[in-house]
Amino acid sequence: MEIKKNRISTIQNINTMAYRNLLKTLHNPDHLMDVLIQPVMFMILFGYLFGGAIAGGVHAYLPIIVPGILIQTILSAASGSGTQIKEDMETGIFDRFKTLPIAHIAPLAGQLLADILRLVLAIIASLTTGYLMGWRPNVAFGWIVVIILITVFTGWAISWIYAFIGLMAKSATMVESISLMTMLLLSFLSNAFIPINTLPKFLRIIANLNPMTHVITAIRQILATGTFSNTAWIVLISDLAIVLIFASLTVWAYNRQN
Amino acid sequence: MQNNIAINVEHLSKTFNNQKVVDDVSFTVKKGEVFGLLGPNGAGKTTILRMITTLLKPTTGNITIFDHDIKKDSKLARSTFGVTGQYAAVDEDITAKENLLIFSRLNGLSKKEAQIRTKELLKEFSLEKSADKSIKEFSGGMRRRLDLAISLITRPEIIFLDEPTTGLDPRTRTQMWDTIRNLVKHGSTVFLTTQYLEEADTLADRIAVIDHGKLIRIGTPDKLKHEIGESKMSLKIIKNIDILPAAKILQNALNSKPQIINNTITTRFKTTEQIIDGLSQLSTDKINVSNLTIQEPSLDDVFMALTIGKN
Ligand SMILES: Nc1ncnc2c1ncn2[C@@H]1O[C@H](COP(=O)(O)OP(=O)(O)OP(=O)(O)O)[C@@H](O)[C@H]1O
Ligand SMILES: [Mg+2]
Repeated sequence: MEIKKNRISTIQNINTMAYRNLLKTLHNPDHLMDVLIQPVMFMILFGYLFGGAIAGGVHAYLPIIVPGILIQTILSAASGSGTQIKEDMETGIFDRFKTLPIAHIAPLAGQLLADILRLVLAIIASLTTGYLMGWRPNVAFGWIVVIILITVFTGWAISWIYAFIGLMAKSATMVESISLMTMLLLSFLSNAFIPINTLPKFLRIIANLNPMTHVITAIRQILATGTFSNTAWIVLISDLAIVLIFASLTVWAYNRQN
Repeated sequence: MQNNIAINVEHLSKTFNNQKVVDDVSFTVKKGEVFGLLGPNGAGKTTILRMITTLLKPTTGNITIFDHDIKKDSKLARSTFGVTGQYAAVDEDITAKENLLIFSRLNGLSKKEAQIRTKELLKEFSLEKSADKSIKEFSGGMRRRLDLAISLITRPEIIFLDEPTTGLDPRTRTQMWDTIRNLVKHGSTVFLTTQYLEEADTLADRIAVIDHGKLIRIGTPDKLKHEIGESKMSLKIIKNIDILPAAKILQNALNSKPQIINNTITTRFKTTEQIIDGLSQLSTDKINVSNLTIQEPSLDDVFMALTIGKN
């Protein structure tokens, strides 16, 4: 039998790669535990621990903390992409992909496409926990869908940054520590859990420079007013810019040969 | 394609951190042959293979595969070969069958073709029973087999194998050799690296010996053996007083200094005539001998003579 070499499109190759990553998750569902358990744990812990002190009660604290936890969760879900990519490089499977007659972006894009599932699961876990604790946003359901989409897109854009870090880092362990550190810094030095004006001046400046602060603000505005604010537009445009820049950087790093 | 050259490597060099790891290596691999790259640890075998298979950029030099320049037509070049690296690169978290299906799809097979080919390969490599097992449960030999099966999905014209039998037990090694011979029978060109002389000797049509990144010698195993290795004759002298006279006769006839251990004299020789000459003189002088043995040169001699290795 002669094997025909059909010209399979890059899109199809990306789909196959995404399928590979989904299969990996199906065989090891425990890899999803972090994105599922972390938001539930933090939401309950922070909600009951700080709710009284910061907002005078859990119920009043929920509109503040739900978007905060949401963003913290997608940061950690997104950082998983970098670890995954580094692990694949260490096993040598990426070398094999490189010798295939496929576009070099396919293995990376496939990974990132499959990671959307992680993001969506992380978001659902966060919002459901909030709901069970009594969070009832005062807007039409359509706006909830809107913030889910913004959050997924933001998380996906951040995934590309971590993918780049994954390709440049020396080891998967190093990627993991970088991920944890950036996740902690970006989520705690922001308005995720506390109103920024309670911070000392120096920290207030940092928190205002932190892009996560603006993403969280955009989500809170949408949930409070049911309108698409300017901040939300800025977030979307920044996400797009991040994807464009980091997708190119990632492909460059991937192709970079010694 | 009228010429019969599969791979052409010209003045290939690679420098890592100012250290020349591959140094001006040139050779050609003919279509349908098994070409072996033989060298000690750290000689640069993997580095050469990775440069040819587009995984590593040469510092200088040109490589063509079936007339495709790997720099300009890397995608075309890549579509002609399959690679099995030094360390089995299969997807650990998914099953053998899923590995084959996914790589079939990535190689451009349709869903249906992918399924057919996967079935064929699982059978060919005796992996049917383990098809749905996770690779984590595989033995080293099974991993190697799956790894090779993946490289063969498209029946590539050239197969690159980096130390295909390192870490395999003798039976699995023989099976791997049979598989490789079978590939060649079906018209594939095989490029392999090995540290095993026996492997190079039985499998390769031509061998390139490399050490410290330099190509030292290239040729058929027989040619190398006769050029570098030497044949040896040894015999036992029955009476002790005959030992020294016999050694003298052999030294003259075989034109090489004999080694004497107890009653056994060992002498290197070049031609059969020399032996006949020496033996007949011993017979004329009535020196009785026994246990005559002739040792053909081996690739071990070649390897030892040509390479120094890292340490
Ligand atoms: N990425 C790299 N960076 C720096 N040095 C490298 C790199 N890859 C290989 N080397 C060096 O190049 C030399 C040749 O390595 P190579 O892996 O090609 O040897 P080899 O012949 O395949 O050895 P082995 O039989 O042990 O597999 C070694 O000294 C090695 O340390
Ligand atoms: Mg090697």
